[in-house]
Amino acid sequence: MSTLRPEINNHDHIQGDDSASITIVEFGDYQCPYCGNAYPIMKEIEETFGHQIKFIFRHFPLANAHEYAFPAAIAAEAAGLQGKFWEMHDALYENQYRLNGDLFDELAETIGLDLEQFQQDSTSEEIKKKIEDDFDSGVRSGVNGTPSFYVNGSKFDGGATDLYQMLKESAE
Amino acid sequence: MLEKGATAPDFELNATPDQKIKLKDFKGKNVILAFYPADWSPVCSDQMALYNEMLKYFNKYDAQIFGVSVDSVWCHLAFEENRKLHFPLLADFEPKGAVSKAYGVYDEELGESKRALFVIDKEGKIAWSYLSPIAVNPGADGILDALEELDKK
Repeated sequence: MSTLRPEINNHDHIQGDDSASITIVEFGDYQCPYCGNAYPIMKEIEETFGHQIKFIFRHFPLANAHEYAFPAAIAAEAAGLQGKFWEMHDALYENQYRLNGDLFDELAETIGLDLEQFQQDSTSEEIKKKIEDDFDSGVRSGVNGTPSFYVNGSKFDGGATDLYQMLKESAE
Repeated sequence: MLEKGATAPDFELNATPDQKIKLKDFKGKNVILAFYPADWSPVCSDQMALYNEMLKYFNKYDAQIFGVSVDSVWCHLAFEENRKLHFPLLADFEPKGAVSKAYGVYDEELGESKRALFVIDKEGKIAWSYLSPIAVNPGADGILDALEELDKK
């Protein structure tokens, strides 16, 4: 069984309660249609299980297969520097059907970012490295495609729907 | 299936209609052989798409990766082009599955290679091998661990 390497740390984007008993990590790609399908299910999981769930997203862009995957990850990280990682994350998945190179600035404006700062941050080497580190972590953790999920540090064998089902069953 | 310590059987397979790859030409380099059932599986969960993103990792460990399946060179070419793959796919096509058989990873019933990984060291010995359930993409963590181990020697 593959385990999450490295463990969750202060470089991660974390949503939910610190005291939550279930930690879910998703390795995802903003252009991957399967991740797009998983997005509303993850929202539902967060709503249904509320305080029990902590959700972490790490980037796993398949840059050769998906030309906007890496730029989209950059957009999310650049938004993160203005405290709006999750807003951009959501906006990217909600607009995945029309993902292209012009979308990032538009979304940045929609979610209320300082556009100039956003554009400047988007060229940052540090952000690029953060995404590569996430990818590295995925590779080391046995990610074999996107999305890949880890529950409390162990690789979950299944997609978002299976994850929802498993949580529901274990809550009963 | 051949295990750690065995000598990797030499082979000569087409990577393109007019380019043959001989394993013995890669002595002095680490080689990764990724046998897989067929081209054209869904992209986000595709093993070859994953390895394609990892070439710089393999490079770092002085390793060359080859995908191997029983698909023909023309099928491989179309697949490589469609998925923008930047490493060779070898056609274990004629006689069908001969190399897969030599490595002990041919599925007679399906007529396809099993999903199996081999890391071969610079002397041509198998350093690590792994057989994955046919429907499960094994990822790359095992390959990297094996290469890291070789690197320490």
